[in-house]
Amino acid sequence: MTSSATALPDAEALCQQLSSDIKQLIVEKELKQPLLIGIRTGGAWLAQRLQQSLELPELGILDISFYRDDFDERGLATQAKGSELPDSIEDRAIILVDDVLMSGRTIRAAMNEIFDYGRPTSIHLVSLLDIGQRQLPIQADLVGASITINPEQKIKLSGPNPLQLSIG
Amino acid sequence: MTRHSDPTQVQLTADGRLKHFLTTEGLSKDLLTEILDLADSFISTQERAVKKVPLLRGKTVVNLFFENSTRTRSTFELAAKRLSADILNLDIARSATSKGETLMDTLWNLEAMYSDMFVVRHADSGAAHFIAEQVTPGVAIINAGDGRHAHPTQAMLDMLTIRRHKGTLEGQTVAIVGDILHSRVARSQIHALHTLGAKEIRVIGPATLVPKEMEELGAKIYFDMEQGLADVDVVIMLRLQKERMSDALLPSEGEYFKLYGLTEAKLTLAKPDAIVMHPGPINRGVEIDSAVADGDQSVILNQVSYGIAVRMAVMAMAMSGQAAEQAAQKNESQETTGDDA
Repeated sequence: MTSSATALPDAEALCQQLSSDIKQLIVEKELKQPLLIGIRTGGAWLAQRLQQSLELPELGILDISFYRDDFDERGLATQAKGSELPDSIEDRAIILVDDVLMSGRTIRAAMNEIFDYGRPTSIHLVSLLDIGQRQLPIQADLVGASITINPEQKIKLSGPNPLQLSIG
Repeated sequence: MTRHSDPTQVQLTADGRLKHFLTTEGLSKDLLTEILDLADSFISTQERAVKKVPLLRGKTVVNLFFENSTRTRSTFELAAKRLSADILNLDIARSATSKGETLMDTLWNLEAMYSDMFVVRHADSGAAHFIAEQVTPGVAIINAGDGRHAHPTQAMLDMLTIRRHKGTLEGQTVAIVGDILHSRVARSQIHALHTLGAKEIRVIGPATLVPKEMEELGAKIYFDMEQGLADVDVVIMLRLQKERMSDALLPSEGEYFKLYGLTEAKLTLAKPDAIVMHPGPINRGVEIDSAVADGDQSVILNQVSYGIAVRMAVMAMAMSGQAAEQAAQKNESQETTGDDA
């Protein structure tokens, strides 16, 4: 590889920081009945951690396989597992959690899916890492860290224990 | 063009993904499991306020039924709609072919309307396979029953039913009871049960309706209901097609019920937690007693719900395989053009 290795932040530390940032967000925005929803797979691990540290009673897991916009290019992801959301998300304040925010397409798909489950009061977006390269007008409310990488490179979160970021 | 190719190969892409669904025969355990797993996730999407997912939005599915079947056709229709596809129902039995149009002319006309998938039910064995070989690349064919040959989506919804009620297919003893001879369902079930690791597959029925070659497929033949039901985990009853009576293959309905009808008394021979299945429509008092059909061990109506999820899964997978194959070919031809330029 020709590009110099980008130093990646410690995922565990970012997770802790996000946890206290979310706590503050819930207070500041007066979020009623907040519900964390993590996007499979990395976002779900992260959301699970955050749920524990924030001591929230429920957790939602979103699998966006049926909502992707690249079906005609790639077909269906073979590991589609389905979503697991609470019975009702009506009037809930959703905090959507993903590991790496890039083009914004995943978030668009996730929001489309959420609205098929009901009408939440609000959605806030939390991401462990923001690597730019946006293709849609989508921004996170809270990010662990923002970094710039070579467009050919991909960032991967491995987990769930411990959470670790790697670049490839 | 004659049909010589292997249906198992016709239904797969070069890298082993499903692109048509013609038969359960020859498909790997991994692929059958993938269908069941995907169907499981479609069961959950159907429990939501909005039952649709946008996966096949903009795609056109044609239900091509050369033989009538209200239930199968409607579950395919619902499955397509819940994947957000547009669906056209063609009752060919009463339309163009009766005016003399050939099968391929009908198909080419439908293709000219930019159809993406045909769901085919036909009285001739091999019809779906024949169409899959002739159809334009990119168009998926789903077999909704061909003659005595196969009814793979019915078989897979039965596998899903067993898995959801018993936890696994592995190690199960399954009895299939009734008119095995004319049953495309039984053949597809036996292939799938075998691949998915069932311990024992039994076929039970009168000698006139249970062909010997069932043994070659790996099933044990029983002519006696009491012996065949002993200690089974799953009982699958098949519909007795009444027209068989006139073929002199059977005595009277009453006699058949006495010998092979599933009653509460006979069901006690199976394991206490055995489940009772039936592909429908049921003939009460002919192959199954009402007390059993409506009883605690019956999962007949669950089968109907699972049928939609399974059909969503195979439609999504076949369309996905076609999309991936088309994309790969497009990339290839672009690369070739690039080299030339």
